[in-house]
Amino acid sequence: MTLAARDLVKRYGDRAALRGVSLSAGSGALVAVIGPNGAGKTTLLSILAGIQQADEGEISVLPKGIGWVPQQAALYSKLTVEENLSLFARLERCPDVRATVDRMLDLTDLRERAGDQVGTLSGGNRQRVNIAIGLLAEPDVLLLDEPSAALDPRQRARLWEFIVRLAGEGTTVIYATHNVQEADRYASQLIVLADGERLFDGSPRDLEQEVGTTGLDFEEAFVEFLHRRGH
Amino acid sequence: MRWLLLKDLQILRRSPLLVALLVLYPVIIAVLIGFALSRGPDKPEVAFYNGLAGKSAVVELGGDRIDLAKEGSRLFEAIDPVRVNSKREAIQKVKDGDVLGALIIPGDLASNIQSQLEPGTVEVYYNAEDPAKQQFVENTIKAQVQTANGALTKRVAKEALQLLALISTGGEYTFLGQTLDVLGLKNAEVILAKARAQLPAGSDERAQLDRVIAFGRLARENLSFSDDVLAVVGEPIRVKATALNGGTTSLTSFAVALALAVSLMFITLLLAAGTLALEREENAFSRLVRGLVSKTGLLAEKAGLAAGCSVIVCLVMVAGLSLFVDIDWGRFPLWLAALVVGALAFAALGLAIGGLTRDVRAASLLAFMLCLPLAFLALVPSGAVAPALYDVIRAISAVFPFKPALDALDAALNDAGDLGGPLLHLAALTAGFGALGRLSLQRFAAT
Repeated sequence: MTLAARDLVKRYGDRAALRGVSLSAGSGALVAVIGPNGAGKTTLLSILAGIQQADEGEISVLPKGIGWVPQQAALYSKLTVEENLSLFARLERCPDVRATVDRMLDLTDLRERAGDQVGTLSGGNRQRVNIAIGLLAEPDVLLLDEPSAALDPRQRARLWEFIVRLAGEGTTVIYATHNVQEADRYASQLIVLADGERLFDGSPRDLEQEVGTTGLDFEEAFVEFLHRRGH
Repeated sequence: MRWLLLKDLQILRRSPLLVALLVLYPVIIAVLIGFALSRGPDKPEVAFYNGLAGKSAVVELGGDRIDLAKEGSRLFEAIDPVRVNSKREAIQKVKDGDVLGALIIPGDLASNIQSQLEPGTVEVYYNAEDPAKQQFVENTIKAQVQTANGALTKRVAKEALQLLALISTGGEYTFLGQTLDVLGLKNAEVILAKARAQLPAGSDERAQLDRVIAFGRLARENLSFSDDVLAVVGEPIRVKATALNGGTTSLTSFAVALALAVSLMFITLLLAAGTLALEREENAFSRLVRGLVSKTGLLAEKAGLAAGCSVIVCLVMVAGLSLFVDIDWGRFPLWLAALVVGALAFAALGLAIGGLTRDVRAASLLAFMLCLPLAFLALVPSGAVAPALYDVIRAISAVFPFKPALDALDAALNDAGDLGGPLLHLAALTAGFGALGRLSLQRFAAT
């Protein structure tokens, strides 16, 4: 397993955001975390990323660690694409900054825009740079929080092409999303959260089979699943 | 941290308008405050009719020749004279509002003073339309006439003393071109003593002469006290001024310290608050503190950037001001220390503001709104407001870095008072606001 988390609990005062959530993901897996608003998706990812500490539970991960891509692009809009990549490569203490930046420019297909300030990029390109920064340290696991939110369909398609390619190269990608269709289309593993509780862990087809109703698309099957579980 | 610092400098370099505003605004404010403090109000325009024009304005007192025209010219240091040809014209100008007042020097001023029988009189007319201006003109002219009166009184007293000395000891006195030989009480006493010796002992004439001799001696002895009495009459009240609380800084030197403190506050507060808030606005904070930079390291970087930039701007300001104001470069290490410690305290306050706000605009606005009241509160003098209110103002000023920074800069630049106290105060505020800034990052991360 590339990443394993067991019995994670997180409380904000009296409210439990996560109630004993466990998950594991193997190399090259594309794991979608879905659920209604307030289910605990972002909390789970931020704990896996190390931004927040869990009150209980434990996480084990391979030595090369976890890359984190927040929902909003965490970039300096006054710096160019190349300067952003160089800065974070230096902060990540990459041994060869120049080579790492070149690799990321190729990976994101943004070499031609390398000298452009990030503030002038489209939302899709900005998100690519955002993801590239998460990949600078060549992590085993990449965490993405709502990676395609606020992108138009064309930008979204290009972004997923990029993410799928990453997973194909062996990176474990775990992403939280509201877009159930994206979970169905790209995820190899699905984790359903509701009220901080893990309700399901399996493939999208497994979830459809568990619901068992024919003639429903995946989104309808997901809603039916939540309904049956009392959500 | 080095790379973060370079990144912030790069961002600043790409924001020339912001940097220009950040530097020029406080410098302009500082210079305006400095001007307002170091430069008094404009001279009031006063119509001036000189009745002595074309006549002798010289009076002779106590052997001294006093040129009244020269004495009167001192008045022009305080007023802006509008010369007119008649008293009527002067009064008309006041009525028309062309001038704030009129000063009339009559043609008989010199002869009246010379006669010493009646005082010389000057006439002053005020425009009472604006009470503030009226009071200003009235006070200005009265103060100057009072000064001239004082000078003349001293000279009259000096002449009186010379005459009394002549009566006491005798000598020559020149009056209207004639030289008179005055016997004097002392010489009269000698002559009388000789005459007395020739009279028979116990005679009535001798007894009466004894009374005359005793009276002369008594008069001569008492005249010796007249020096002190006349000196008191010449200057009945003297002003002995002693400065308490603070040093003896001139207004211009204080204005330099004030200009520096204002610039230091504006630049440091806005930079520290803005650059920290920018990390949150750009969503980079959560990425940075995931092991790339410690939270304390991030705060130190922002404080260093803000303090470094503001100290450099202030040093350039001092170099520029030194062209116009006398700056003691021998005290460079002291005022550099005051600038650095002051900048760190402002930076810590800026970080607390930056940590408490959500974006750069809110941080800048809050920092900006805090700046001016702090500066003005620190400048409220004791006695200008009710004692209880002044205590509140002092307490508020004490918990923000402006007042101690101003005190430190004044002490360092102008050798005005203790430097160690304000520096320690600033260090304590740096620690306090630094801790608040660090605490606010918890909230920063959680939202």
